[in-house]
Amino acid sequence: MKLNSKIPDGPIEKKWDNHRFNLKLVNPANKRKYTIIVVGTGLAGASAAASLGELGYNVLSFSYHESPRRAHSIAAQGGINAPKNYSNDGDSIWRLFYDTVKGGDYRAREANVYRLAQVSGSIIDQCVAQGVPFARDYAGYLDNRSFGGAQVSRTFYARGQTGQQLLLGAYSALCRQMDVGKVKFFARREMLDVVVIDGQARGVICRNLVTGAIEPYVGDAVVLATGGYGNVFYLSTNAKASNATAIWRAYKRGAAFGNPCYTQIHPTCIPQSGEYQSKLTLMSESLRNDGRIWVPKKKGDTRKPEDIPESERDYYLERIYPAFGNLVPRDVASRAAKRMCDDGYGVGSTGRAVYLDFGAAIKRLGKNVIEERYGNLFDMYHEISAEDPYRTPMRIYPAVHYTMGGLWVDYNLMSSIPGMYVVGEANFSDHGANRLGASALMQGLADGYFVLPYTIGDYLATSKFKQVSAEEASFKETQREVGHYVKKMVSINGKKSAEEFHRELGKIMWDNVGMGRNKAGLKKALAKIPKLREEFWSNLKIVGTASELNMELEKAGRVADFLELGELLAYDALHREESCGGHFREEHQTEEGEAKRNDAKFSYVAAWEYAGANKAPILNKEQLKFEYVKPSQRSYK
Amino acid sequence: MNFKLKIWRQKNSTDKGRFVEYLVKNISPDASFLEMLDVLNVELTRRGEEPVAFDHDCREGICGSCGIMINGRAHGPGHGAATCELRMRAFQDNETIVAEPWRAKPFPVLRDLVVDRSSFDRIMVAGGYISAKTGGVPDGNAIPISKPIADQAMDAAACIGCGACVAACPNSSAMLFVAAKVSHLALLPQGQPERKSRVERMVAQMDAEGFGNCSNNYACEAECPKEISVSNIARMNTEYILAKIR
Repeated sequence: MKLNSKIPDGPIEKKWDNHRFNLKLVNPANKRKYTIIVVGTGLAGASAAASLGELGYNVLSFSYHESPRRAHSIAAQGGINAPKNYSNDGDSIWRLFYDTVKGGDYRAREANVYRLAQVSGSIIDQCVAQGVPFARDYAGYLDNRSFGGAQVSRTFYARGQTGQQLLLGAYSALCRQMDVGKVKFFARREMLDVVVIDGQARGVICRNLVTGAIEPYVGDAVVLATGGYGNVFYLSTNAKASNATAIWRAYKRGAAFGNPCYTQIHPTCIPQSGEYQSKLTLMSESLRNDGRIWVPKKKGDTRKPEDIPESERDYYLERIYPAFGNLVPRDVASRAAKRMCDDGYGVGSTGRAVYLDFGAAIKRLGKNVIEERYGNLFDMYHEISAEDPYRTPMRIYPAVHYTMGGLWVDYNLMSSIPGMYVVGEANFSDHGANRLGASALMQGLADGYFVLPYTIGDYLATSKFKQVSAEEASFKETQREVGHYVKKMVSINGKKSAEEFHRELGKIMWDNVGMGRNKAGLKKALAKIPKLREEFWSNLKIVGTASELNMELEKAGRVADFLELGELLAYDALHREESCGGHFREEHQTEEGEAKRNDAKFSYVAAWEYAGANKAPILNKEQLKFEYVKPSQRSYK
Repeated sequence: MNFKLKIWRQKNSTDKGRFVEYLVKNISPDASFLEMLDVLNVELTRRGEEPVAFDHDCREGICGSCGIMINGRAHGPGHGAATCELRMRAFQDNETIVAEPWRAKPFPVLRDLVVDRSSFDRIMVAGGYISAKTGGVPDGNAIPISKPIADQAMDAAACIGCGACVAACPNSSAMLFVAAKVSHLALLPQGQPERKSRVERMVAQMDAEGFGNCSNNYACEAECPKEISVSNIARMNTEYILAKIR
């Protein structure tokens, strides 16, 4: 496979402008002759579908949910970044670009990141115009707060529900296009394969989750906006249905998978409390604005946190990283918490937690201010833990949250299958090895509102399309394969539920491919996963049939793909003999326990190519060039 | 903790449906209601019985997917929380718990506890938006909005579209859901140009879907997981009258 990133020439500030001018256009009257399939309705998918519909294309939008508004973007809490410099604290496009490249530990494409920083301001304008009720100050202007990895306040927010409000904004834009008939929405459809004809992505095969029918859909281009694969770890902050099936099936049809081992562990989640637990709950990073993180100075201190005097508390982030303090990037904060717990300073019944304390902030600002800023998060914590965080510090621990890896795309967001685009978390593009807080919403909406609508036109204008219908042999063949696959799964009739397999896989992943990784552990995971997969295909139990609403079958299909993806993830982690961002190889750390990169050997994107069942995937490398931000050992001290 | 469950089982939208009793044992009081159903479902699968279908996703009270009528209350006992946020410590040990789907004509049951709420989408499609084209908009700070107004709009916009208001209402009215969107957009300066047509169209669609009217029962507000105020319904009524007489 030959990877061409198609990064435009010229100085970085001019690349996107020049590129937009050079892109071929589809004449307004011709746009209605094209049909674009958009899978997923989160921030990236909904904004893309709405914007493409507005331009005049016919859009078919798909979701496995009942409504576009259920997509998991809805759960993002803290905010969205944009270098508006409304806070007058020295922010600029360049600074956001710099922070993001550095935050990603120098493993992202400079040109993509710069473009992201450039268009991010327009996102805020767009959302305001749609009626997104961002937080305001008393003069009526937009308010900002700080987030990890930055020393400026550039994060726009709507209480602790920013993702919800941005998604409802994009959903409303989508509704408008549904109203005028440019977007047709298909609810409860799960994409199970992509159809490639003459080397071009020309459609998808979906399972109708209500009737079980295997349905073909034809288009001129396919956009995957299907989110990340964090649920490969079973326990994560992702929604229960979040899955990798769409991108995994695309991978098996020829789309390269970029940097699967770059997974983000979020530092502030509610710790696991029991074996029955089905998911972990995130507490927004914005809490680190006012909350102080600490552990007792004495190992195994069992006193209540309020009984431990100031002098016996170790505010370790403030101690180790005085410049950034509690606002260090996520990977740094997570690893520090893990180290503290590994060393025996952890708190709570399991010893796997640290305190996030608002005592000082409440004293300084008053309970009202804290309630206004974080009220819904405090309520959520209270609801889950039955403890009142206004009185006693929260207990938090890191959890899997986001995946920087995803399908490889070029500067136009096109995958290695011509005509198949990948946007949002599903692609690998902008965050390198670690994503900064409040940047996922930014990237999803940048891709959907302001990048894809331009770049996809160039492909449509410059490609030849043969007339294709669902009766075409390739469609029929893929449809048959998918139907066969689904039936095979239902007919195994073993003894174990998909849920149990998923938990087992999650344990293998978390123990060996989690926050700290080493050669022996990764090899163990690579030995265990294929065995579990084999057991899955001989001992899975699904009650019910494939021709009805069958949620166990849906779950099993997703677990089957995680059982393959998990292996690629471990394989990539084993090959990357360095530590960078969220990928921490214990063999490669500085004396202080920070991630130690190896730029000479690993300054590239690992784009894996599917080579067939039970064959080792093929490694393709896209070398990264840093012309503007010089890679150095990241320091937040 | 142990519980006796009476769960509504219905194979599909044409099946008549019935309650079936199950026993669940050794449930942690910290487990959520949905995690308790997970335990039941793994057990049912092992026994070769069909697991209970229920909608759920984020499990932190924001996606609006889950919605179960528990002991006759939308989202169960307690206030300001969705079903997924409900913990088993809210129940007594050995209590009998009745779980049913939302009951309303515009929410047909698809299976067990899963209903079809696409009528909500159709109401939103009928004007529940501001027609701001991508790109053609002014700077965010060019539209100052006073903090109290922005806060009120946010209170209304917090609706998660779960349908508890409809399920709780004796008339199966969707007024709180529709009013939340009408209020959110009518309060903001950006929402002014389409203010009249929006309320007219959304209300017309709401009626066409077969939702009932409001008779000031206030059950919707009491059961709303986001505690959206019924004052939004009053605002919508005013908006509607003004749209009709002007």
